[in-house]
Amino acid sequence: MSTPKIHHYEYDVVIVGAGGAGMRAAIEAGPHAKTAVISKLFPTRSHTGAAQGGMAAALANVEEDSWEWHTFDTVKGGDYLVDQDAAEILAKESVQAVIDLENMGLPFNRTPEGKIDQRRFGGHTRDHGKAPVRRSCYAADRTGHMILQTLYQNCVKLGIEFYNEFYVLDLVMVGEGKNKKPSAVVAYELATGDLHVFAGKSIIFATGGFGKIFKTTSNAHTLTGDGVGIIYRKGLPLEDMEFYQFHPTGLAGLGILLSEAARGEGGILRNASGERFMERYAPTIKDLAPRDMVARAMANEVREGRGAGPNKDYVLLDLTHLPPEVIDAKLPDITEFARTYLGVEPYTEPVPVFPTAHYAMGGIPTNIKAEVLSDNNTVVPGLYAAGECACVSVHGANRLGTNSLLDINVFGKRSGIYAVEYAKTAKQVPVPANAADEVVAMIEKVRNSNGTEKVAVLRKELQDTMDKNAQVYRTEDSLNEALDKIAELRKRYENISVQDKGTRFNTDLLEAIELGFLLDLAEVLAFTARERRESRGGHFREDFETRNDKKFMVHSMAYLTDKKAKKPADNIKLDWKPVTITNYPPMERKY
Amino acid sequence: MSAETKKIGEIPSYKVTLFVRRFNPEDGQEARWEDFDVEVFGTDRVLDALHKIKWEQDGSLTFRRSCAHGVCGSDAMRINGRNRLACKTLIKDLDMSQPIYVEPIKGLAVEKDLVVDMNPFYQAYRDVKPFLIASDKPAKERLQSAEERARFDDTTKCILCAACTTSCPVFWTDGQYFGPAAIVNAHRFIFDSRDEASEVRLEILNDKEGVWRCRTTFNCTEACPRGIEVTKAIAEVKQAILVGRR
Repeated sequence: MSTPKIHHYEYDVVIVGAGGAGMRAAIEAGPHAKTAVISKLFPTRSHTGAAQGGMAAALANVEEDSWEWHTFDTVKGGDYLVDQDAAEILAKESVQAVIDLENMGLPFNRTPEGKIDQRRFGGHTRDHGKAPVRRSCYAADRTGHMILQTLYQNCVKLGIEFYNEFYVLDLVMVGEGKNKKPSAVVAYELATGDLHVFAGKSIIFATGGFGKIFKTTSNAHTLTGDGVGIIYRKGLPLEDMEFYQFHPTGLAGLGILLSEAARGEGGILRNASGERFMERYAPTIKDLAPRDMVARAMANEVREGRGAGPNKDYVLLDLTHLPPEVIDAKLPDITEFARTYLGVEPYTEPVPVFPTAHYAMGGIPTNIKAEVLSDNNTVVPGLYAAGECACVSVHGANRLGTNSLLDINVFGKRSGIYAVEYAKTAKQVPVPANAADEVVAMIEKVRNSNGTEKVAVLRKELQDTMDKNAQVYRTEDSLNEALDKIAELRKRYENISVQDKGTRFNTDLLEAIELGFLLDLAEVLAFTARERRESRGGHFREDFETRNDKKFMVHSMAYLTDKKAKKPADNIKLDWKPVTITNYPPMERKY
Repeated sequence: MSAETKKIGEIPSYKVTLFVRRFNPEDGQEARWEDFDVEVFGTDRVLDALHKIKWEQDGSLTFRRSCAHGVCGSDAMRINGRNRLACKTLIKDLDMSQPIYVEPIKGLAVEKDLVVDMNPFYQAYRDVKPFLIASDKPAKERLQSAEERARFDDTTKCILCAACTTSCPVFWTDGQYFGPAAIVNAHRFIFDSRDEASEVRLEILNDKEGVWRCRTTFNCTEACPRGIEVTKAIAEVKQAILVGRR
């Protein structure tokens, strides 16, 4: 067994992930504390850059709006599983978050008066649901790209230290039980195969999502949930993992995202006969209903035989009534995706679309200071999480469009501020001499594996079963089928082989390690989805079609107990956590 | 090579041959071409073909990729002699009667297979001060007219993929040249009405390794997967140095 070189560093604040949340945190932390950002990608490759439609904030630049309406929409959109104190913060701090970005240089689209322009988006309404409101601040249909570029530009300006193409594979925790504290993270350097131990007084996880557990997804190949998986393997809980968002308009067959902005600008969904079917599902706001409702409506149209195309397996997004100059000015990128990947001209032809796995509402539980929780209430001192990997919970059972770019900015910033505050007085938890041992063992085991199973085959089988059994429609049987399959794949994962035995740029090795995280997270998702025997937001059970507030008005909290157990029921401990309600008692969710 | 072999649903599939430029610093061999036959669908991208090779035939094949739809800028490579993103190049848009040649972008040191050392490229980007410099402290957003915003819209699209810079013959012969991508990112701020440091950036680019090295071959404009008029942006920076920003 070869031993990799191990390098050691000491920082006040260590940030894992260089997407929107990680870099927003770095901009707060960098000027006040010795800060490192560790990322598996060069920062501007992060998937924040793929976000399109905008960032919600009640600026009221183009019509009357208020942060209170925004809070209500967020709570209702999340089917009342949202923690309302957190949603208030999200909505209240949104205005400053947008101003921050503009002041940093973000080129927002402008109104005729030169202010930041705003447009409509699904689920965002005036006065508690009366009509759609223009709340989304945007930069064409590449708002995420602009946010990512602007944040990176400002990190360059501030001289933030980045460690790019470093894969964080472990979090070193010291102490027992409730006294456990983070000490360091261990990263694998892609270029050399060396290991790097980053000691930090505060450690922020901003590692993004895990859409690659599904086959049809808008997510990047690199979104394998490594950060969420690391936290789970440490015995810390994951919250609301059953709530996964399927974005209505993925390019059919490919899953590439077409922004909800297309509907915000007037695009209409039609079935094979040309009917505007959303009128039947959400009579008031129609195509601008929240994503879970639109995605289910689309899947239902297809199931009932009203799908378009030769296999009747998609619906159509119609932009043909929009003037080409509006399409060019407001939706240039997504119309180009339709042209490039499907050969469809959106000026004159409707675009084939179908729901695509998009966003994890659940993740690492935190409080409103972005501090990670080790149970329903207890804070892990010095450990923070923000962005898609975290669950505050501002998205509840279903996230509204434009609230994720907001989330990364508001809670990314908060994580940076509180991480610095903590690091100012905290002592570094001494890094154990054997800190890297687990990663060394994992790397060498995978590198030396010579079994008969291929990583790509197992990953495809996982993605197929998740698409088939844990997507828009779920049942007890489908979820059991997924769990059985995952258990089988886990066993076969012990018998994989990695062909590349080298140390330099060994992506073969890392794909195998990433698959391990995907299997863990898929299992938690399917397990919690099975145990939540109701329908709420993005989680729809055909065998329990209604929301059951009496029993399930609670967050799920899943803990890994015994890594070796064969059946998930034996290795996942499930607990429930109350929802924080301030002003909005649960009501039926109608649009 | 492109004979249609079977139908799955409505999408025809084809057998294509890829010649991929291989280099592994750990095996002691020179860089070489290696060919792979793969079955692809007409709608597949070159990235899908590379993944098929990696996942089904040779796990050691190494390349960068992430978003797979042309927005993250990870997978710029030279495909049939032209710089493109592998995830934005559909197999059916290439000449399928011929093998497809895939090699790393030129002018940056090859690390392994299709992976190059991007650090000189990123350094040139950082050297042009690619961030807003403004001394005012507005309480709200700064105002900017739609026309002022439109002035630099084109160059905000850059994803730092390096397709332009590594298609530039000047950059191939002189790695010190800032290159098109850095100039594009300078342009993005030079022409932003909110910025106060355009003179500083123009000074930086008025260097012997700056904009004057550009010979206007338009390779960069052709290579840009985001459709940025790169050569035009460089020309505008040259103009600004000579007669001031307008």
